[in-house]
Amino acid sequence: MIPLTLMEQAKKPLMTAAIKKAFLTALCFMLLTFPLLVIRVNTTENIIEWRWKSLLYMGMGSFFLSLLWRYLMERREAGGAVTGKQRPSHGPGMEKVLHDPRFTRPALLFVACFALVFPFLFSTYEVNIMISALTYVVLGLGLNIVVGLAGLLDLGYVAFYAVGAYGYALLNYHFGLGFWTVLPIGAVLGATFGILLGFPVLRLRGDYLAIVTLGFGEIVRLILENWNELSFGPSGIANIPRPGFFGMVMDLRSVTIYLYFIVIAMCLFTMLVVSRLRDSRIGRAWIALREDEVACQAMGIDKTKTKLRAFALGATWAGMGGVIFAARTTFINPASFTFMESAMILAIVVMGGMGSIWGVVLAAFILILLPEYLRAFSEYRMLLFGATMVVAMVFRPQGLISKVHRTYEFKGLEKQR
Amino acid sequence: MDYFLELFLSGLTRGSIYALIALGYTMVYGIIELINIAHGEIYMMGAFTALITASVLNAYGLGRLSVLILATLVAVTYSAAYGFTVEKIAYKPLRSAPRLSPLISAIGMSIFLQNYVLLTQTSDFLPFPSLIPELPLPSQLTGIISSTEVVIVLTTALIMVLLFLLINHTRIGKAMRATAQDRTMAMLVGVDVNRVISITFVIGSSLAALGGVMIASHIGQINFFMGFVAGIKAFTAAVLGGIGSIPGAVLGGLILGWTESFATGYVSSDYEDVFAFCLLVLILIFRPAGLLGKSAPRKA
Repeated sequence: MIPLTLMEQAKKPLMTAAIKKAFLTALCFMLLTFPLLVIRVNTTENIIEWRWKSLLYMGMGSFFLSLLWRYLMERREAGGAVTGKQRPSHGPGMEKVLHDPRFTRPALLFVACFALVFPFLFSTYEVNIMISALTYVVLGLGLNIVVGLAGLLDLGYVAFYAVGAYGYALLNYHFGLGFWTVLPIGAVLGATFGILLGFPVLRLRGDYLAIVTLGFGEIVRLILENWNELSFGPSGIANIPRPGFFGMVMDLRSVTIYLYFIVIAMCLFTMLVVSRLRDSRIGRAWIALREDEVACQAMGIDKTKTKLRAFALGATWAGMGGVIFAARTTFINPASFTFMESAMILAIVVMGGMGSIWGVVLAAFILILLPEYLRAFSEYRMLLFGATMVVAMVFRPQGLISKVHRTYEFKGLEKQR
Repeated sequence: MDYFLELFLSGLTRGSIYALIALGYTMVYGIIELINIAHGEIYMMGAFTALITASVLNAYGLGRLSVLILATLVAVTYSAAYGFTVEKIAYKPLRSAPRLSPLISAIGMSIFLQNYVLLTQTSDFLPFPSLIPELPLPSQLTGIISSTEVVIVLTTALIMVLLFLLINHTRIGKAMRATAQDRTMAMLVGVDVNRVISITFVIGSSLAALGGVMIASHIGQINFFMGFVAGIKAFTAAVLGGIGSIPGAVLGGLILGWTESFATGYVSSDYEDVFAFCLLVLILIFRPAGLLGKSAPRKA
């Protein structure tokens, strides 16, 4: 391995060679994209449309992108070679900055002030988007317990979200219960379903667990879609009331702002609980379970209980998130709870850096706000979104804020040296 | 009895397609332990490429059989190239990354490819011509099974045999098995691991494209979103049979196809997918490593 990297470093790629390579890549991409990009058929009228212009754009675009990609890749490789494999390259002193109180205190203060005045500065539409992003923070933190801390890959997390949302909608429809009554009920419902899912899958590992949770999520969605007597089928449930404040009558704007502050409080509460959980006995048990199941059992940790706790405590947040979602949109139907939603929440956890709370917050904002603000690119936004996910993973595989392993240092030894 | 036979045969057809796509999943998983979510998209793009090629060739007035063969060939070649490129861009840089990172990259790739087809082609359902010609079937079979179904089942069976021979009796097959068992060790004994992984993607993607062409001419319409559901079903089939095991993928696909077919026929078509997933959960509870999977001790 070593002579190879040395050799690569020795031959400094010349500019012309790089351009030649990019040119070849562009040619390859033009060839690759040719049938889908250039030809469009209208099968009813038997018209074939040739769009040569788009091929030209494709060629030019891929030429420059390939140059950029190659350059970034070279930098990435070079960075990896310097720091070595032992330390996965963090950002430039990212960790230090994040733990320096001189930096974090003003930053937190700024964020808090901004969060306080945000709803009064921006339109109801933007506040609504922000509420959605904050809901995803809660969901991401909940899934973080299951995936990030306990290391159980859950691809059906959206099922608990659906349970919470439908719980609120149905309890309200049949019994007229309000938001504040249902919020804790939603949490309990979520936890119950978490345990229900947890029991059968205790024996499964890794990707088998992933597909069973995926199946579970799909089962819940399909039942909601088809069991018309219970869930009103694909048409969904409308006219779900927004949260009330001691029976006060509020207009749309003020109720949105009110909901915004509820969600902010909810986020803070979640962050507090999750960070306390992570440092608690249970949290340590989860991390131990994630790192090595056998060793963990040998230390006397009850595997069954620990896993079930992770599922239940993770699902609790999804249940509450679902109640908030139903209260925000006032209309729910099964289409809101597809696998894509689970994938999105999982992407938040992984892109944030598994187990990192601030990472999840950051990734939730990026992943939820990005498609919204990419609306300027209208139809291209989901294309760009997918590409962003790939690029983010290729260049920061450990997530935006990578997890710090808690290490204990013996300070005395340092001084002696 | 005829009804039963009809359901049995339609389940067999469906199962064959699932098996074809599941093979791609299982081979990739066996070698780099990645759930390649974008595999369903390759299948969808295969179907689109075939439709476009067939339409162009039809416009030039080629015969039916040559259109079928050429369209399939183009679709398979292009899909293989897509699979190869996707691996190079989205997965290869992530070889030594944490385990879930390639999965997220795959999800991103899947979203990207879906929207690429949505933008360059259309969001509507496109009618797909029935490419497969009518075969002279014995009279007892007409009405129970169509010639498209016969072609699908026979092709799948042929592919399975070829794949079995490739994996077990050729040099590259041996290299694949070695890489699946232990990548570092394979590298040490001189296997070009990157090449093996690329070839795996190429083979898997070609099979997916083949499945795409056949199911499109069976169902008669395609859409940019079709890869997603098919991908999930195929992955289910792969896990059902024991992921990483090639006979397992075939068995899983067939079982899934039959379950769906009988559930639709005898119970209700609304709950077709629910039955499939319930079956999956049940089987995994009692056989946590799938039907043919080895519950080998965990690699350290």
